[in-house]
Amino acid sequence: MENNVIVSLKDIVVKYDGEQVLKNISLDIHDKEFITLLGPSGCGKTTTLRIIGGFVTPDSGEVFFDGKKINDIPPYKRQVNTVFQKYALFPHLNVYENIAFGLRLKKVPEKEINTRVLEMLELVNLSSFGRRNVDYLSGGQQQRVAIARALINHPRMLLLDEPLGALDLQLRKEMQIELKKIQQALKITFIYVTHDQEEALTMSDRVVVMNGGIINQIGTPQDIYNEPVNAFVAKFIGESNIIHGIMHADYDVEFASKRFKCLDKGFNKMELVDVVIRPEDITVCAPTDETINGTVETVTFKGVHYEIIVDSFGFKWKIHSTKSAKQGDFIGMNFTPDDIHIMKKSDSSPKFNMISGEATVNE
Amino acid sequence: MNNKKFKILAVPYIVWMLIFTIIPLALILVFAFTDRNAEGFRFTFDNIQFAARYLPVLIKSVYFATVATIICLVVAYPLAYIMSKMRLNHQRTMVMLVMLPMWMNFLLRTYAWMSILETNSGFLNRFLSIFNIGPVHIMYTQAAVILGMVYNYIPYMILPLYTIMIKIDNRLIEAAQDLGCNTYSVFRKVIIPLSFPGITSGITMTFVPAVSTFVISQLLGGPKNNLIGDLIESHFVSGGEYNPYYGSAISLLLMVVVFICIGIFNQFDNEEMEETLK
Ligand SMILES: Nc1ncnc2c1ncn2[C@@H]1O[C@H](COP(=O)(O)OP(=O)(O)OP(=O)(O)O)[C@@H](O)[C@H]1O
Ligand SMILES: [Mg+2]
Repeated sequence: MENNVIVSLKDIVVKYDGEQVLKNISLDIHDKEFITLLGPSGCGKTTTLRIIGGFVTPDSGEVFFDGKKINDIPPYKRQVNTVFQKYALFPHLNVYENIAFGLRLKKVPEKEINTRVLEMLELVNLSSFGRRNVDYLSGGQQQRVAIARALINHPRMLLLDEPLGALDLQLRKEMQIELKKIQQALKITFIYVTHDQEEALTMSDRVVVMNGGIINQIGTPQDIYNEPVNAFVAKFIGESNIIHGIMHADYDVEFASKRFKCLDKGFNKMELVDVVIRPEDITVCAPTDETINGTVETVTFKGVHYEIIVDSFGFKWKIHSTKSAKQGDFIGMNFTPDDIHIMKKSDSSPKFNMISGEATVNE
Repeated sequence: MNNKKFKILAVPYIVWMLIFTIIPLALILVFAFTDRNAEGFRFTFDNIQFAARYLPVLIKSVYFATVATIICLVVAYPLAYIMSKMRLNHQRTMVMLVMLPMWMNFLLRTYAWMSILETNSGFLNRFLSIFNIGPVHIMYTQAAVILGMVYNYIPYMILPLYTIMIKIDNRLIEAAQDLGCNTYSVFRKVIIPLSFPGITSGITMTFVPAVSTFVISQLLGGPKNNLIGDLIESHFVSGGEYNPYYGSAISLLLMVVVFICIGIFNQFDNEEMEETLK
């Protein structure tokens, strides 16, 4: 993998008004991969993208493209094109001219422009829209014009800043598939920004989880989901139960006043840890001495599953199950050692509130 | 929805325009084609014929106004762009500074220019004499008149340009850079086309008052630089050449010329617009 790194960020720091919005970001992006920057609003995703696009110069750190330092290369000289957060189509040009914009600048012959624009219009399913005014297009159509306008330049890399943010759910799902198809067909690198974890997991080869200007975790969607490095990632990627625990020894953890076998090791003896269990990994069973037991508080039908909230000594457990449960029932909760994820305490560990029993995560 | 209500609201404006725009125009038209002698009013072309003798002055006025408008555009365009990129509170200060001179009487400001440009004792030449340069003769030249015009009318160029430029979304500029525009082509392909409405109204708002300039031209340019505005004035103020019939005829001629100029300009404007869209 080392040799096909296309973009490399090294110790990037960006400050606005003295405040660091990116704190030492380092990231290698591989050629032809679909990589997603995921994180809550204001965590620095757009800023990271703008560094690669050339619209922000880092206060310190280096940006490499194909091994060459490009910190001071202006945007128009980079082999990168961007689909902006709000599309930014040119209102004085029609759909055709918007898409042709980059080629006209390069003085490509009229005939070639024509064939390539028509090709692009076809690719994004807008063949009959060439003469339309961009202001009268729907959100999804504008979106596709923005993608065509960027792709026609055959960039090595496409940067997409929450391109589907303004679309309704149905259209968003369709466009996700569409985008993934385009990326695979054209074999170019996509750097995709979103704060929608589901979108990130379904589309990406790798996901970069960011929070407060730092990268928390980089990995495949499976890695990130199954082995979150800390409570923040666990909470942000999918839903999870996060509870305080104590490592008694390797493979031996205590939480909810009970001892469990687990697959994690390498912690100090009696180290305080965060324990993460996914709601879908918990099954409802008859209460025994070995299980964590509680009272069913609410049951909500969510379509594919029921969401069951169980109160156990003030902590609210969340269970996703295809089987329903009766409100008020006293039940046990079952999970295997494989389902228990132990992680080191971090800044984003939940502050456990003994009174309400709610675990909250700093975001 | 309620069309009737809107129509009622429009009545005061229509009355206003009738009294202060349509009637004066009609009067000018009537005066321009009538004469008064012992038998009363009569229809005549004499006034127009008389006015036509001043065609050279008219051409000179159009020429001066064109030069002044071009200078205004060249100076104001970058300034308006820079203003639009400033921080918001700085923008407000700049707008104030641009408008500030408009709060002072233009006669006063013109006299101030006279004392600056004066050949023997003006500030400019006294300043230059420190470095043993000069004296420069600007006073009572065409340059002085054009300077006066530019100085007086440049706010009417800056403000519409600035107003349109603050509306240009910065992301469009970034999108253009992203697609391969350097600074020059960003202007040519995005900023200039998008600021076209501002350029058009700026030119109109500068050219029209500039072409009918009066007093400024007399004070700064001297008698040999009298413009059409001065001529019209002299026919309407009592004493001297008082003759509202001739005055109206010259006014009418000026109006026709302004219409033609704007017509030509708009024609050119549309072509230019289509050109930049390519
Ligand atoms: N030009 C700027 N001037 C000052 N602060 C800025 C500027 N651009 C971004 N910031 C700040 O930097 C931080 C990161 O912004 P950024 O736009 O990268 O967030 P984001 O992750 O893209 O968020 P979102 O999901 O809401 O788009 C924010 O706190 C933002 O207020
Ligand atoms: Mg953003």
